[in-house]
Amino acid sequence: MSGYNFAYLDEDTKRMIRRALLKAVAIPGYQVPFASREMPMPYGWGTGGVQVTAACLLPEDCLKVIDQGADDTTNAVSIRRFFQRTAGVAVTESTRAATIIQTRHRIPETPLTEGQILVYQVPIPEPLRFLEPREPETRRMHALMDYGLMHVKLYEDIARHGAIATSYAYPVTVAGRYVMDPSPIPKFDNPKLSESPALQLFGAGREQRIYAIPPHTRVVSLDFEDYPFEASKAPHACSLCGSAESYLDEVIVDDAGGRMFVCSDTDFCAGRRALAEEDAA
Amino acid sequence: MYVAVKGGERAIEAAHDWLGRARRGAPDVPELGVAQIREQLALAVNRVMGEGSLYDPDLAALAIKQARGDLIEAVFLIRAYRTTLPRFGASRPVDTGAMACVRRISATFKDAPGGQVLGPTFDYTHRLIDFALAAEGAAPAPAPAPAEAPAAPMPHITGFLNRDGLIEAETPTDAIPPDLTREPVEFPAPRALRLQALARADEGFTLGMAYSTQRGYGRTHAFVGELRIGLVEVELDIPELGFAVVVGRIELTECETVNQFKGSRTELPQFTRGYGLVFGQAERKAISMSLVDRAMRWRELGEEDTGAPAQDQEFVVMHGDNIQATGFLEHIKLPHYVDFQAELELIRRLRAEAEANAAAMASEAAE
Repeated sequence: MSGYNFAYLDEDTKRMIRRALLKAVAIPGYQVPFASREMPMPYGWGTGGVQVTAACLLPEDCLKVIDQGADDTTNAVSIRRFFQRTAGVAVTESTRAATIIQTRHRIPETPLTEGQILVYQVPIPEPLRFLEPREPETRRMHALMDYGLMHVKLYEDIARHGAIATSYAYPVTVAGRYVMDPSPIPKFDNPKLSESPALQLFGAGREQRIYAIPPHTRVVSLDFEDYPFEASKAPHACSLCGSAESYLDEVIVDDAGGRMFVCSDTDFCAGRRALAEEDAA
Repeated sequence: MYVAVKGGERAIEAAHDWLGRARRGAPDVPELGVAQIREQLALAVNRVMGEGSLYDPDLAALAIKQARGDLIEAVFLIRAYRTTLPRFGASRPVDTGAMACVRRISATFKDAPGGQVLGPTFDYTHRLIDFALAAEGAAPAPAPAPAEAPAAPMPHITGFLNRDGLIEAETPTDAIPPDLTREPVEFPAPRALRLQALARADEGFTLGMAYSTQRGYGRTHAFVGELRIGLVEVELDIPELGFAVVVGRIELTECETVNQFKGSRTELPQFTRGYGLVFGQAERKAISMSLVDRAMRWRELGEEDTGAPAQDQEFVVMHGDNIQATGFLEHIKLPHYVDFQAELELIRRLRAEAEANAAAMASEAAE
C-alpha cells in the first residue's frame, strides 16, 4: 500500500516498541508500559498484538493470524489482510510454516518450534485488575510480589464452588517471579505456555502494556497443593478429525439444540483429516 | 452463518459494499458535499476535530460523511489518520488573550473591558422546531455592517481578580508538557496531562462528570469567570530564521471558571481556577472540562477526597477517551466461543457436582 511505511508503523514507532519488547524479554512476565499508537482498527480488536507484530515483521516473514484458534474467523481475516496490504508478507494457515503467529484466545495445538514468535492480543494485561482497580497499587503489589490477594481469591473460589472458578485467562507465575495474565486463552492452553521453544510476546494496545515469555521459560499456573491446576476441556472427541486431545468448540447444529464438538484449531484439524485420508488411500 | 464464520473474507467484502451503498442512501437524493458539512454542520465538525485532536475542518467534514454522521466513528477516522502524521515541530503557546473573539461572556462581572459579546449562540433561543427551515432555499439575511469601532482588546477577566490576589496565581512555565499520544500515561498524572486528556475526551462523558460535581459529587462551586470563542494565531519557531512565524489560525473555545476556596493553613481564602480549552466552537465541552479539571485538583489544594468519580484522575483519564471506550466495548461482538466454551464446561461440571451432592444427601436422608 503506497503512502505507508512497511507494516504500517513508522520506523521510530517500531524502534520504541522494540525497546519495550527487549525490556519485556529481559524481565519475563513484567508489564512494560509503551506508547501505544492509535491504529486503524478499534481498541480491543487486537491493536496491541498488531503493533507487536508490525514491530517484529521482516519482509521474509511468513505470517499466520488466528482468532479462537481459527484462521477464517472475521477478525483474523481482517488482521491478516491488514498485513498483506501494508507489509506484503507471505501468509499461511499452517502453524509449522509460520514464522510469526498472531493469536487471539488460543495457543495452536501443533507444538511451536525454535525461532517462531507467538504474538498474543491482550485485552486486560493486569492479572490483579479485578481485585484492585488502581494502577499505582497493582504496580506496587507486583514490585513487592504481594500476591496474597490473588491466592485469597482462588481460595474463596474453592470455598464457594469446590473448585477454582476461572476457566480462561487463568493466572500464571512466570520464571518464579511475576504473576501474569496469559490473555483470555482457555486454561486448557496454559501448560503450552511453559518451556516453549518459541518466543511469546503479549501486546495490550489500549492499556499500553507489552510483556513477554522468553523461550524455555518455566510458567506455572497458580494452584494449591490439595487443589492442583487442571487443564480441562469438554469431555468429547472432535467430530471431524476424532482428536481427543485438542480443545473443542461446541457448535449448535439444529433447531432442537443438537450439538457437535469440533477442534477450535482449524489448521490442526484439517492436518489430521488430510493425514487420515492419505492413510486410507 | 455467524457461528462457523466460514468464508469470512467474502462476507467482510460484501458487508463493506453494503455499507458503502447505505452511506449514500437513496440515489435520487442529492449527495452531501464535504463543504456543505463543513459549513452547515460546523458544530459536528468542531466536535470531531476536538476529540480527534486534529485541527482540519475539511478532513473532519469528510470523516463525518464517511462515518454516515456517526461522530465517534468520525473521530476514530481522524485519530487513525493523525497517528501517521509526521511531527516537525511544536508551536509556541497560543495567546488566547489576543483572541479575535466572536463570543465572550462573563458570568461573574456585569461588564468588563471589552464588553460582553453574545456571538452566534443557541442561548436564549426558544427551542421550537423551525419548520420554515424544511422549505430550504431561503438565503440568510445579509450580516449587518460591522460596528464602527475596531474590536477593543479583551483582556482575560480572571486577570482582574489576579491583580488583587483574590484568585490563585498561575505561574507560567516553559516546561514541555507531556504528550499522552507519545508516552504511556502514568498516575498520578500532572495537570497538563490531565487537561490534554480532557481536551480530547468524549463530550458526553466530560459533561456527565462535570454535572456530577454540580450535583454534589465533588462539589467545587464553579462560576464561569469567562468563556471566549474566536480565532488565535499559531506561531512556530523556525530555528533557521531565529524568529517565530505565524503558520495558521485556529478557532478555540476557552473557559475559565472561578471556584470557591476556603483557604488552608498556609493559604489565605481565595478563588481557584478550572480551565478548559477546546478546538472550534464547543462551549459545552469547554465548560465541562474546566469543572472536571478543578475537581481533580483537590490534592494540590489540600481539599478533602470525597471519593467522587470526578475527583479521581485515574477514573476520569482512563475512561474519558471514546475511541478507547467504544473499541473495547464493541469488541465483545467479536467471537468469544473459546472462552465461552471454557465457561460452559465449568458451569456444567459445577452443576453436576452440586446435583450429585444433593442426590447423595437425599438418599442419606431417606435411609
